[in-house]
Amino acid sequence: MADKSSTNAYWEANLGIIKVCLVIWALVSFGFGILLRPLLSGIQVGGSDLGFWFAQQGSILVFLALIFFYAWRMNKLDKEYGVEE
Amino acid sequence: MDQFTLNLLFVGASFALYIGIAIWARAGSTSEFYAAGRGVHPVTNGMATAADWMSAASFISMAGLIAFTGYDNSSFLMGWTGGYVLLALLLAPYLRKFGKFTVSEFIGDRFYSPTARLVAVICLIVASTTYVIGQMTGVGVAFGRFLEVSNTTGLLIGACVVFAYAVFGGMKGVTYTQVAQYCVLICAYTIPAVFISLQLTGTPLPPLGLFGEHAASGEPLLAKLDQVVTDLGFASYTEHHADTVNMVLFTLSLMIGTAGLPHVIMRFFTVPRVADARWSAGWTLVFIALLYLTAPAVGAMARLNITDLMWPNGTDGEAVSVEQIDSDPAYAWMGTWQKTGLFGYEDKNGDGKIQYYNDKNEAMAAKAAENGWEGNELTNFNRDILVLANPEIANLPGWVIGLVAAGGLAAALSTAAGLLLAISSAVSHDLIKGAINPNISEKGELLSARIAMAVAIAVATYLGLNPPGFAAQTVALAFGLAAASIFPALMMGIFTKVNNVGAVAGMLTGLLVTLVYIFLHKGWFFIPGTNSFTDADPLLFTIKSTSFGAIGAMLNFAVAFMVSKATAPLPTEIQDLVESVRIPKGAGTAVEGH
Repeated sequence: MADKSSTNAYWEANLGIIKVCLVIWALVSFGFGILLRPLLSGIQVGGSDLGFWFAQQGSILVFLALIFFYAWRMNKLDKEYGVEE
Repeated sequence: MDQFTLNLLFVGASFALYIGIAIWARAGSTSEFYAAGRGVHPVTNGMATAADWMSAASFISMAGLIAFTGYDNSSFLMGWTGGYVLLALLLAPYLRKFGKFTVSEFIGDRFYSPTARLVAVICLIVASTTYVIGQMTGVGVAFGRFLEVSNTTGLLIGACVVFAYAVFGGMKGVTYTQVAQYCVLICAYTIPAVFISLQLTGTPLPPLGLFGEHAASGEPLLAKLDQVVTDLGFASYTEHHADTVNMVLFTLSLMIGTAGLPHVIMRFFTVPRVADARWSAGWTLVFIALLYLTAPAVGAMARLNITDLMWPNGTDGEAVSVEQIDSDPAYAWMGTWQKTGLFGYEDKNGDGKIQYYNDKNEAMAAKAAENGWEGNELTNFNRDILVLANPEIANLPGWVIGLVAAGGLAAALSTAAGLLLAISSAVSHDLIKGAINPNISEKGELLSARIAMAVAIAVATYLGLNPPGFAAQTVALAFGLAAASIFPALMMGIFTKVNNVGAVAGMLTGLLVTLVYIFLHKGWFFIPGTNSFTDADPLLFTIKSTSFGAIGAMLNFAVAFMVSKATAPLPTEIQDLVESVRIPKGAGTAVEGH
C-alpha cells in the first residue's frame, strides 16, 4: 500500500471530485428541474420551458455524463497516485 | 390470426428463449454462479443489471402515472435514474473493493457486529417484500389482459407462474438470460413509441417527438396537449401543480432508495476490477435511460391519443358515441380491457355519447349543465393499463401488441422472481442459519428457503389484490424503506467513522419511523381500512408517505452520528478496513463469506 500521506491526498482528491459531481447532480434535478424552474420559464423548449425539459430528459442526460466523467477521472487519479489495481 | 393467439405466440417464444439460454449457460454451483459475473464485460453486466432493475414499475406503470399527471410525476424519471449517480460515486467502487457478495455481509463486517448484520437483513426483507407487492400488481394487470380474464384471476395465475419461475431458480442469475430479457423489454417499449411518435409528430425518435411539432395541428405537441386537457377541465400537463416540498422529498427518496437496493448493489460486487465497477454503473444507466427517455414521450402521446379517441371531433365538438365504440375497430381495445375490470365507461345521461371530462372542476360544471352532462362517463381508467393498452389505443399492428405483452411479462416476472430469491435466501441463510439455528442441515435450509418464498408470494398476492397504490407507487414505498435503512448505513460505513452501536441505532430508527409512517397512511401491514391518515391529508405538514423515505434517511444519519459520538470509537482493525476499502489497489476477486 502507498504511504499514508499520499493515500490521504488521494482520498481528499476523490472527495473533491465527488463534491463537484454531486453539486451538478443536485443542480440539474432539484435545481433546474424543480426549485429553479420558475427562473428558467422564459426559455422555451418545444412547447414548454427549460425546467420541464430538465425534469423529463435533461437531468437523465447529465446523470449519464456525470457517471462516465467520474469513472474516467477516477481511473486517471488512481494511476496518478499509483493506487490502481 | 386473432390477437389472443398472437399474444400467446410472442409470450411463449420469449419464454422459450429465456429458458433455452438458461439451460445453455447453466451455472453448476454457487461459486460458479458468482464467478460467472467476473468474466462479464461491464457493458454486458450493465445490460443485465438494467433488466434486473427495470420492473413492472418502470415498464407497466410509470408512463401511465406520468400521462395522467404530467410534469408533477417527473419525480419518477429523475429519482430512478439519479440514484445511479449516488451508486456510482458513493458506493459501487468501495463495495467492490471490500470483496464480499452481499450487502448484509458488508454491514456485518464493517460494523463488527452480528446484530448489525441481522438488522440489515430485516431491512432488506421488509423493503423487498413491499417491492414484490408492487410487482404483483403489475403481474395481475399483464396476465389479466394477456389471458383476457379479470384482474384478480390474472393475479392468481401470475402468482403461480412467478412462484414456478423463482423455484426453477438459478436461471434468474444467469447473466445472458437477463441480457435477452433486456432486449425483449426494450424493443417492446421503444417500438410502439417509435410508431406513435411517427404518427403524431413525424419524428422517429420519441424523445425528440415529445418536444417536436404535432403534425395534425402544426402546434408544438406539448402546447397542443396542454390545450386539450385544460379544455376538458383537467390540470395542464406541463405546469407545476404539486406541493414543491413533497416533490423534492419524493425525488430524493427514490434516488437514495435506488442506491440502497440490495439486488442492484450486489451486481457491482462481482465485476472484475474496481475501475469496472465505476464503468458498469454508467453502462447500466445507459440501458435504463433508453427506457426512461422514451417513457415521458409514451405518456404524453398516449394522453393525447386517448383524448382524441374520446373527442373525435375536437374538444368543443361532439363526444364519441357508444355505437362507434361498439363498431369501430379503433375502439376494440376498450372492450378487451373492460374484461380485466380495470377500464370502464358508462353513459350516465343516456345521450348515447361518452363524455370524458373533469367533473371535479367547477368551471366545467357550468358547461356540463348547459350540455346536459351528468358527470365524467369514462368512469374507470386504471393508470397501470396505459403502457400495455398503448399500442391498441394507437391502432398499431397486432405483432406490436404481442411484443408489448411479452415485454411487460418479462419486466414483471424477472424482477418479482429475483426479489423472491433474495427474500428466501435472506430468511434461510442470513436469518435462520446465521442467527436462529446455526446447525441447520443443508436440507433444512433449502426447505426454509422454499417456505419463505411461498409465504412471501402468498402475502404479496393477497396484498396485491387490494394494493396500497398503483404498481409504481407501491414500489416507491419500497424505495423509501431502502432509502431510510440501508443506504445511510453503507455510506457511513465507507465515508465516516461511525461505530457499531451508532449504525444499528441509525438503521433501526430509519426503518421503524418510516415503516410506521407508511402504515399510518396506507394501513397497518398494508391492510386496507386500517390507516389513520391519508396522503391527501398527511400526519406531518404535507409530507406524503411515499416521500417519507428521505426524512427517514436523515433521521438514520442523525441518530447514528449522535449515538456513535457517545460510545466507544472504532477499533484499529476496522479503521484499517475502512482505509483499505477507499483505495482500489489490492482488490482481489470477490470471495464467498461465511
